[in-house]
This record gives sequence, structure tokens and C-alpha cells, in this order.
Amino acid sequence: MVQTGRLSARRAARTGAGRRYVPRWRVLAVFLLPALLLYSVFIVYPLVTALDYSFFEWRGIRQAGFAGLGNYRDLFGVYPYDQQLWRAFGHNALFFAGTMLIQNTFGLLFALLLHRYGRGKRFLQAAFTTPYLVDPLVVGYLWSLLLNPTFGPVNSLLDAAGLDSWALPWLGDTRTALPIVIVVNAWQWVGFPMLLFSAALAGIPAEYHEAARVDGASARQAFRRVTLPLLTPAIGVVSVLTFIGNFNAFGLVYAMAGSTGSPAGSTDVLGLLFYRVAFVEGGTEAIGRSSALAVLMFVFIFGVSLLAGSYFRRRERRLL
Amino acid sequence: MTARHRAPGRVAVHLLLWGYAVVALLPLVVMVLNSLRPTSEIFTAPLGLPASPTLRSYGRVWTEASFGAYLLNSLVVTCGAVLLGTAVSALAAYPLARYDFAGNRVLGAYFLAGLMLPIRLGLVPIFYLMDSMGLIDSLLGLTLLYAASGVPFCVFVLSAFYRSLPGELDEAARLDGAGEFRIFGQIMLPLVRPALASVMLFQFVPLWHEFLYPLVLLRSDERFTIPRGLSQFFGEYTTDWSALFAGLVLATAPLFVLFVLATRQIIAGMTAGMSK
Repeated sequence: MVQTGRLSARRAARTGAGRRYVPRWRVLAVFLLPALLLYSVFIVYPLVTALDYSFFEWRGIRQAGFAGLGNYRDLFGVYPYDQQLWRAFGHNALFFAGTMLIQNTFGLLFALLLHRYGRGKRFLQAAFTTPYLVDPLVVGYLWSLLLNPTFGPVNSLLDAAGLDSWALPWLGDTRTALPIVIVVNAWQWVGFPMLLFSAALAGIPAEYHEAARVDGASARQAFRRVTLPLLTPAIGVVSVLTFIGNFNAFGLVYAMAGSTGSPAGSTDVLGLLFYRVAFVEGGTEAIGRSSALAVLMFVFIFGVSLLAGSYFRRRERRLL
Repeated sequence: MTARHRAPGRVAVHLLLWGYAVVALLPLVVMVLNSLRPTSEIFTAPLGLPASPTLRSYGRVWTEASFGAYLLNSLVVTCGAVLLGTAVSALAAYPLARYDFAGNRVLGAYFLAGLMLPIRLGLVPIFYLMDSMGLIDSLLGLTLLYAASGVPFCVFVLSAFYRSLPGELDEAARLDGAGEFRIFGQIMLPLVRPALASVMLFQFVPLWHEFLYPLVLLRSDERFTIPRGLSQFFGEYTTDWSALFAGLVLATAPLFVLFVLATRQIIAGMTAGMSK
């Protein structure tokens, strides 16, 4: 013990603060340059230029002069974006609310039940998480076939069960299309909150529940006053990741509803709108406006995630 | 504790859990089953099983709809990107974790920032960047982009692993006269092999599924990756359901195979490091 103590003290004296080798520049360059080059050219440079592009006026692919916030104003003031932007934003908000309500509630319920009734837990967990391995695009196309009003097995099943009145053209009706997209998305991802909540539940000491029971708490009280507060960190992580995922949705919606969010734009989301502005119907102003939209989306998603993160951290601290 | 729960409650719980397991898996089973029977049969008996299972649709999808080419393109792009991204990150993370030099902190933060920025934000500039380099409709362009997108995550994870290795290792090697690249290649890199396997797997799945970039950057059918090819294919074969299901299965199967193989590989890698 003494020996190693003295040794490390001597080493600390030799190399400064206990670390570290000081390399020659040429060695350093070989290690660092490839990654630096790749990352700077293909990730950092485009991100920085996107911000730059959003402040300029565009004629096709030529910059035509500084526009200030002009592109941003256009998004809110020029037809059809003034309508489509808020509609898409509203759909994203509903998408998030619906996912929290359906996917994450069921994820929590499954985690709680599997935690209590352990039989078959490994198989069930694997089954619930399997759809998560499937490409969102495949999930979208698969369900659009399954939900087909004439040949799809879902409506055939409803017919066979005598529920003909429920055999609706699910994806063809403006009232049901978005809810169906939310449910299909939840089908794919429910395993994710379930796994996170399962891990969090496994970390709660059994003594807490015993203590609550000794104090005469009912099962419901124990859940609301003991389990739920202790799940706050997991709930925070799941909420923030759900928010980020939903506001970035693209592949699944594209597969189920095309690039316009059919029927009649009832499933249009910001990801689709951005794609259309940039590459389909943006016209000569495409670059500036789509870059402005990308910046807005980023600021919103990043900002809300930060706020939500700090909110959940404050709640956690209050627990301790 | 379990004895306290009343029997009807338990039955209901198991009904719910196993019922949902069916809901989770059945659509995938239907997908496979319907790919094994002709379209006419799918249309006349939507709920039926294949009367005489056949792989004919797979043959058609593989050759006529060029899924063989899509699969090859996806493999080339994804594997190439994962290997390249991991290789450059394994190099870059090493000095960040173990060397003392001016700018170490700043450089680390520069890489880390990429974890928080969505690359979709740069879609339009990336399009024009690729255009100026002649990399539109090119698998090389897509590979470079994908590889770059993995760098922040890989550097972040791998530098944590390098940092956890004891300092005596490289000091001893240095005293024995080993050069820096030899220390890295023969001592340090083999020790982080389990971490290399996991970061490669983590990069693989989202890249295999990436759709927006191929949609924007690829033009010709023979260069499409699987997701891009699939979207094309669903536009063309709308009424040939058997082929559509077969295409979905072909798009999904490689990842399932990879996962079965890779999980074993990762476990093997981790235990190999532990046995002494």
C-alpha cells in the first residue's frame, strides 16, 4: 500500500496532475484529423450554413441578398405555409399528447404488471419490444395494408366478430387517420417506455412498499405516494425522448399518408412540411424558407427539451 | 406478496399481458404468412393461412423489383459507414481521453456538440454540398454522410472507455520503447473491443432505417437503399399484395438476423475480455 502510494506520488510529480502523456503534433494529427475532417465537412458545416441560409433571400440556388427575418415571416404570413405550419404543428402536438396517453401509459402499465407478476417476463418483454426492431417505414406500409378497407385483415376480423359498424376506412377518413397513426406508432415503440420503467421499478427498494403497507397505505395510495414519485426520473426521460421523437416524425407518416399527409392534410406533420417546402413545392424560395423552418423546429425542440429536462430535475431534487 | 392477490385479478392480468403479446407479434406473423401465398388468395380470404406456401413472390421481388440490388446497396452503405465512422472515432477518442495537449477540452466539446444537433437541420445544405462535390446519387456520398453522423456518439462512448483503462499500461509500454501507434493498436484498441462492438451495433440500426437522406440524395433505381427502394416499390406494385408483403419481409429480415448474431457476438466479446 505504502509502496504504491509513493509510486503514484512520484508519477504525479513527473507528469503533472497524475496524467498524461504529451504527444508530438504529428502523432496528434494522425489520430485526430480523419474524424475532425469528416465531422466538420458533413455535419458541422451544413448545420452552420443552414442557419446562414435562413437569413438570405433566394432565387433558386443563388443567394440574392440579406433578408433578415424575412424567410421566417414568410412561413407565418405567406399562403399556403401560414395555414399548413400551424396545422402541422397542431398535429405534432396531438401526436405527442396521444403518444404520452397511449404508448407511455401502457408502457408503464406493462412494466408494473410484469414487475408484480413475473411469470413469462422475459418472453413478454421480448415480444413487446420486437416491433421496435422493424423500420418505421416498414411499420407504416405494413399497417396501411393491414388496415385496407376492402382486403385488410383488420376489418375482416371486425366483420367476422360481428362488429361490421367498426370496419371503417381507418386511414381514408380525416377523423380517424391521425389517431390511427398515433396508435400504430405506439404499437411500434411501447417496448421502449416499458423497458425504461421496468429498470426504474427494479431500482426501488422493496422496503419502501413494506413501510407504506405497515403505515396502513392502500395499494393505490402506495402507488401514488411511493412508486410514482420515485419514477419521476424515468418519466422525465421518457417524456423528453417521446417529445423529440414525435416532433421529428417522418418515415412512419410518409409511409401511411404520403408526403402531403393525406387524407386532406389530416396527418400532415412538421417533418413532412419541411420536406415539401425544401424539395417538392418550395419554388424559388425553397432554400431560405425550408432552412428557416428547420431552424425554428430545432430551436423549439431543443428549447422545450431543455426546459422539460430542468423541470424534471427540479422535481427530482424536491424528492430528496 | 403474490399470495395476497385474488385469483380473478391474476387471470385478468395474464390475459392482458399475453393478449398484448399477440397484438405485438401477430402483424409480423401475418406479414410473413401473406408473403407466402398468392395475391388472389390474400384478397379472397384476408384471414386465411397459406393453402400451399410458395416463395414465388420473393423470387419476383428479388429480381424484377431489384430488391437484391437494394439489399446490396444498403449493406455496402451501412457497413461502410459504420466501419469508417467507428475507425476514425476510435482514433480520435484516444488522444482526447489519454493525451495532454492544448485544446483537448475544446475539441472534446466540439465533438460532443454533435450529439445534441439534429442532422436533419442541415438537409438542404447537405444536398448542395453533395451536389458541389458530385456526390448526388452516389453511394459514396451517402456512406461519408452516415459515417460522419456517427462520429459524435462514437467519440463520446469510446473516450469514456479509453479513460477507464489503467495508466500503467501505456507507461510500461512506453518505457519498453513502443511507439505511440503501436501502443494504440496493440494494447489499447484490443482492450476496448467490446465497446467497439456495441457502438457499431448502435450505429447500424438507425442507419439501416434512414429514409429521408436517401429520398433526397439518391436518384436512380440501381443505387437505392432498402428504405428508398421500398417507397418506390410501394408506388409501383400497389395491387400485388403478395409481392408487397414479401418486400416488407425482405426489408426486415436482415436486421433480425444481425441482432441474433450480434447479441451473441457482443456477449462473447465481453466475456473474452474477462477470462484470465
